[in-house]
Amino acid sequence: MTGTLDTSAETTAATAGPTAGAAAAAPAAPHAVPATGIQTMTMARALNRGLAAALAADEKVLLMGEDIGPLGGVFRVTENLQREFGAHRVIDTPLAESGIVGTAIGLAMRGYRPVCEIQFDGFIFPGFDQITTQLAKLTARHEGALRLPVVIRVPYGGHIGAVEHHQESPEAYFAHTPGLRLVSPATPHDAYWMIQEAIASDDPVLFFEPKSRYWPKGEVDLDDPGAPLHASRVVRTGTDITVVGHGAMVSMLLDAAALAEQEGTSIEVVDLRSLSPIDYGPVLESVRRTGRLVVAQEAPGGVSVGSEIAATVAEKAFYSLEAPVIRVSGFDTPFPPAKLEGVYLPDVDRILDGVDRALSY
Amino acid sequence: MSLTAETLQLLAPDGRLVESDRAEQYRPVVDGLDDELLRSFHRAMTVMRAFDVEAGNLQRQGQLALWIPSLGQEAAQVGSGYAARAQDHIFPAYREHAVGHIRGLDVVRIIAMLRGLTHGGWNPEEVGNFHLYTLVIGSQSLHATGYAMGVQFDGLVGTGDPDRDTAVMVYFGDGATSQGDVNEAFVFAQSYQTPQVFFLQNNHWAISVPVSVQSRTPLFHRPAGFGIPSVQIDGNDVLASYAVTAESLDAARSGQGPRFIEALTYRMGAHTTSDDPTKYRESAEVEFWRERDPISRFEAYLRHRGEGEAFFAEAAAEAADFAADARRRTLALQPPEASSMFAHVYSEPHPVMDAQREWLRDYEAAFEGES
Repeated sequence: MTGTLDTSAETTAATAGPTAGAAAAAPAAPHAVPATGIQTMTMARALNRGLAAALAADEKVLLMGEDIGPLGGVFRVTENLQREFGAHRVIDTPLAESGIVGTAIGLAMRGYRPVCEIQFDGFIFPGFDQITTQLAKLTARHEGALRLPVVIRVPYGGHIGAVEHHQESPEAYFAHTPGLRLVSPATPHDAYWMIQEAIASDDPVLFFEPKSRYWPKGEVDLDDPGAPLHASRVVRTGTDITVVGHGAMVSMLLDAAALAEQEGTSIEVVDLRSLSPIDYGPVLESVRRTGRLVVAQEAPGGVSVGSEIAATVAEKAFYSLEAPVIRVSGFDTPFPPAKLEGVYLPDVDRILDGVDRALSY
Repeated sequence: MSLTAETLQLLAPDGRLVESDRAEQYRPVVDGLDDELLRSFHRAMTVMRAFDVEAGNLQRQGQLALWIPSLGQEAAQVGSGYAARAQDHIFPAYREHAVGHIRGLDVVRIIAMLRGLTHGGWNPEEVGNFHLYTLVIGSQSLHATGYAMGVQFDGLVGTGDPDRDTAVMVYFGDGATSQGDVNEAFVFAQSYQTPQVFFLQNNHWAISVPVSVQSRTPLFHRPAGFGIPSVQIDGNDVLASYAVTAESLDAARSGQGPRFIEALTYRMGAHTTSDDPTKYRESAEVEFWRERDPISRFEAYLRHRGEGEAFFAEAAAEAADFAADARRRTLALQPPEASSMFAHVYSEPHPVMDAQREWLRDYEAAFEGES
């Protein structure tokens, strides 16, 4: 993986042939010179700018999904992009997730780099077959004769008080599927860079966006991605115990670490960033120092990403462990009605409870 | 089950050209087919039937895990296959051996799949833009529609240049028409006016389930609900298959949007060699269709036109040679390397693939010298 976009395609001729339906749309406007320096913005804005940069860098990049055009997506992540790049590059699709993913596969076969938006986590399942049966396997089925640079953006996770199917964390299904990559940024900075790197990847990438983190602001270094797409990263150093998580859980882990520090416990926090593949290097290095590990996630715990990390760390760092790996997760129930999400979702107290259990060995 | 007044037929089962107002419309196309192309139709149908029988024999002899017979569907496939231009793209289901053959695929590569050596593995661009088989029913319809969207974005529709304008044709069966993906493909195709032909081979049976369970309305009536022009043809009539497909592809290439063809045909054999059609269908039905055999019908037509015995003997010999060669090459196919499992799961380097490839290599090396 490279840390920057491959911009060689910038020189290819603009071949966009507007369709009958798209002909009325404004042609792509001249794009603003990419900004540099450090800017403060929300994750939603960072994704928007990252998508704009990818669209500007490569004529083959297309966005497709429900309500992503004039509306800018239900979370406004694609706001103004259709106006900026045209309806033939930012495509409002019929309301059919399998259709979105299946046609994206066909577009990728033709040399395009489609970026699909799935409106909410729980709506990905009508497209599950195309993702797991086709997208994940087609490169192997072609024995390498075909590359499938498709990105599927999935706003996921709880904390927004929404109705059923709008707060789920289904990442394990896709992390379990060979042929897919899966990443999840925790900060605006990572969102800006990782979406561009995912689009530049020649493999299918599931891009899980922690929707509860869309609106808090953070600094984005527009000149330096800082880490490759699939690297995990220590985001707070500590000495007593390691906690790892991804997406929205990372800010929760940092809050827990700050609180624990006041009580004299030094927590090291690792942001996984990538769930397929998982970069175990920093996790194992940390566990070998602290001897203890808590894995936290919003998803149910059974047969989950957390389970996999617990098993792998037990296998690879057994003699360093002073305690069993503790999992802190959502319960093994369907995501409950919103009034119970505060009970269902791990919070700072549940994380610190897991930390206490690990430290008690 | 059988043809109705709505079914377009150009060649009657006795090998005579049909004289009707509808058939008349296609007369210029039929009259424009030169002798060599007509002979190619016969050769392709004959060769592929011999190949199909030989592949079935190979399965019965334990050389293939499975075979997927296409016997009886040769006219639907050969007519439509020859109607496509070189730049067109074909998305098959998994029974379109004759289309693959016409497009330049070495059909022993299909045998290799059913011998358990590969899941496909050909590069469509190297075999006449004939894409891989898709075994999950109907999934390929959306890939074809997305591909056709890409063709359109590339500006290769409606330019008026017959060597550039490009269409996509997707094959599927009567069972597939019940799948959501096929219906979603209709929606997307119509929304974006893709340059695309949906080619339905209605062979009347989805394994053991008759088409009446899939639909109580003729399948070619369904596209009207999506706004897609459609036509039902006698799928055992190679001239109708050619003429209507050529017309539909022309419309798609010229920017008139998607078209739909239902070819009424019949799967004379089993669904696959694992199937036993005597458990669910009457022999009288099979006999009905045997009398409407696509090859003998077209042979009669060629004889009416004055084609001599020498040509038919030559085609039969070519078919026998082709089948024998396929058998010979099948038996020479080599198993894949174990490490090939890891080779193409991802296009870019992947640490898990690297680690597991190395682990397997070391594990296997540990047994070296034991036996």
